[in-house]
Amino acid sequence: MKKLLSGNEAIALGAYLAGVKYASAYPGTPSTEILENLAKYDGVRSEWAPNEKVALDAAAGACYGGARALASMKHVGLNVASESLFYLAYTGVNGGLVIISADDPGAWSSQNEQDNRNYARFAKVPCIEPADSQESVDFLSTAFDLSEQFDTPVIFRTTTRISHSKSVVNVNGDQRVEHPGKKFSPDPSKYAMIPANARRRHPWVEDRLKRLGEWSSASAINRIEWGSKKIGVITSSVAYQYTREIFSEYSILKLGMSWPLPEKLIRDFASQVEKLVIVEELDPVYETEIRALGIPCVGKEFFPITNEFSLAVVRDGARKLGVATLEPVTTTSFATQVPTRPPGLCPGCPHRSTFYSLRKLKVRVAGDIGCYSIGVLPPFNAMDTIGCMGASIGIAQGMDAIGANSDKEPWVAVIGDSTFLHAGMPALANIVYNRGASTVLILDNDITAMTGQQENPGTGVTLSGTQGKKIDIEAVVRGMGVEDVFVVDAFDEPEVEKTIKQAIAIKDRPSVVIARGPCVFLPDYPAKFIDEVDDVKCNGCSLCFRVGCPAIFKGELDASTNKPKALIDPLLCVGCDVCLQVCPRDAIFRANN
Amino acid sequence: MNKADFLLAGVGGQGVLTASDIVAEVGIALGLDAKKSEVHGFSQRGGVVESHVRWGERVGAPLGEKGRIDYLLAFELMESARWIEMLKPGGVVIVNRQRILPMSATVGDAVYPTDEFIDQALRSVTDRVIYVEGLETAQALGNKNLANTVLLGALARAMDVDPELWLDVIVKRVPSKYIELNKQAFWKGLGK
Repeated sequence: MKKLLSGNEAIALGAYLAGVKYASAYPGTPSTEILENLAKYDGVRSEWAPNEKVALDAAAGACYGGARALASMKHVGLNVASESLFYLAYTGVNGGLVIISADDPGAWSSQNEQDNRNYARFAKVPCIEPADSQESVDFLSTAFDLSEQFDTPVIFRTTTRISHSKSVVNVNGDQRVEHPGKKFSPDPSKYAMIPANARRRHPWVEDRLKRLGEWSSASAINRIEWGSKKIGVITSSVAYQYTREIFSEYSILKLGMSWPLPEKLIRDFASQVEKLVIVEELDPVYETEIRALGIPCVGKEFFPITNEFSLAVVRDGARKLGVATLEPVTTTSFATQVPTRPPGLCPGCPHRSTFYSLRKLKVRVAGDIGCYSIGVLPPFNAMDTIGCMGASIGIAQGMDAIGANSDKEPWVAVIGDSTFLHAGMPALANIVYNRGASTVLILDNDITAMTGQQENPGTGVTLSGTQGKKIDIEAVVRGMGVEDVFVVDAFDEPEVEKTIKQAIAIKDRPSVVIARGPCVFLPDYPAKFIDEVDDVKCNGCSLCFRVGCPAIFKGELDASTNKPKALIDPLLCVGCDVCLQVCPRDAIFRANN
Repeated sequence: MNKADFLLAGVGGQGVLTASDIVAEVGIALGLDAKKSEVHGFSQRGGVVESHVRWGERVGAPLGEKGRIDYLLAFELMESARWIEMLKPGGVVIVNRQRILPMSATVGDAVYPTDEFIDQALRSVTDRVIYVEGLETAQALGNKNLANTVLLGALARAMDVDPELWLDVIVKRVPSKYIELNKQAFWKGLGK
């Protein structure tokens, strides 16, 4: 039966069929749906971990114990988990271990572009890359077999365009392959990486890489599609799909295993074509290596390192190479003549009051990763730095340590509940321990919202929907030794503003403000009245426009001020009352229906 | 019909992704290969949603190409002008007349374009401009969420594909209690 599956749905199916028993992940676009889908299958224990390193260590434990295990993350998640990747490269596995890295060329939903094939080279482990959903299913079994055969973790790399595209998968009643698992047999020389063991292990790792390269040259995971031998293209992942359309008459070596490279296969292919072209998205990984083999080729001078590929980008490079291809269609663009739709906080978002207050109080803000990153945009303009998960609290400590956190220009850190539990806790310990005096705002909306409302330790509900144990963030903060902890209702703007003011006035010790209010998409979001504007009282002062709510819009001009009055869209408003609270003329009220 | 590229564009929450799933499924029901891919930024709600569907004997790239899209389905009026450059000259554009004001216009200084501006923009690329009262029709049937099915009806009419094939796919996608309403919405869009 033919089924349309996204790459992420296909990976979940492939993992299930391969007999995975344990899977762990931290949500992150474009990887999130992998664990969400895997959790639907029986016989797999799927868990959200507080961060990617913890997810990979837990998967390592499951594989050491003999089960097939999987850890899944977005590209930058593997940065967090990288220390674990490196020891796993040395210890190897017992049951198979696959690490999914979902990269984001184009940085659609990320702070950077990075090519995690580099991690395979860096850690000396194999990397497998599917080019569509069918391969996502099929290659997963290969990845687990390879992991067990060569005693190695395997990186399974997708990109946004693989994870989030749907394509046809033949589902033929394939049965899950149960792997009974091999019992853990104690062997410190394999599993305990003290320096003496690590030194002994390293030559083995190098040898394994060599053997993997030989395996790859003989494996059907890489294939040659012969055409004209005037040009031969080496490519992989979604770049293969573009290549296939544009270089359709030429020969293509499509790599399914992108590290280590199949040297013999590449040499054979290169020797048979007149010109060797490398079409790879992001970094010149193949190109650098193939040049180092002494094989002449072209690549990045025609196909850029930056940004996501598309038919247009690959066609452009092909044209410059002299390949006959379609000419670009020139149609007039009107895209810049219609208004933009910039991202904004949802109507009813509990973060709104905090950013309105921060802007009003003119503080400097070290921000973090989540929906609240939108605080950097107009109308709030209330965020100065955004780096990575948990960075806000460290940045605030550094500013404070050099005296930049002054009365005149105080610095605060802003971080969400899930992000705090991910990487914020050690950073707060750092402030407390070193007697810093920063103010940390924890925006607790009781969910990992940005990636589409996933549970986390702060919600106490597990990925499979069962009741776990809820971690009390306030108790954690107090337990770390923060004496000044303020918990405030995020929907009470005056109180939020007052509390932030109070906290930043404390200059000799750390303080934490927890602004608590559920994400508007949660079922326990407080149902309220719809807010409405009194047309007589409103004089168009525009203060409510600064709360950045999509439900508020400009109405007709006020006769005295000649400025547009406010109107509220009853279909969008959920009655969070923040606009009502900031209105100086009491012109906004709760409608009775 | 053995190949076609579609672009479905609208605003988050309008059901663009469900509709594009259906278009892809219809391609498969026709015995073709199909791929679908959406493009969106880091805002979940209220942002622009762009979803590509490609039908063919064997589809490679999951995204279509500027100036080569055969059918542009705009779920929101001004989005038709934003995306019209993607359409191939002489292609079909189906436009839901519904307006969803962006914040850049509701509280900012941007101005929502006029009907004339939008119509001229579309006609600079093609004469095959089809306007649909998607929201109005859906509301008349009692559920504004039916607007995307009305638009699919309009698309089915513009294409040479058996409407029953579309209905088969739609019926499989929607909850049983909404099947009848979706059928009606589809027939309305089809102009019957």
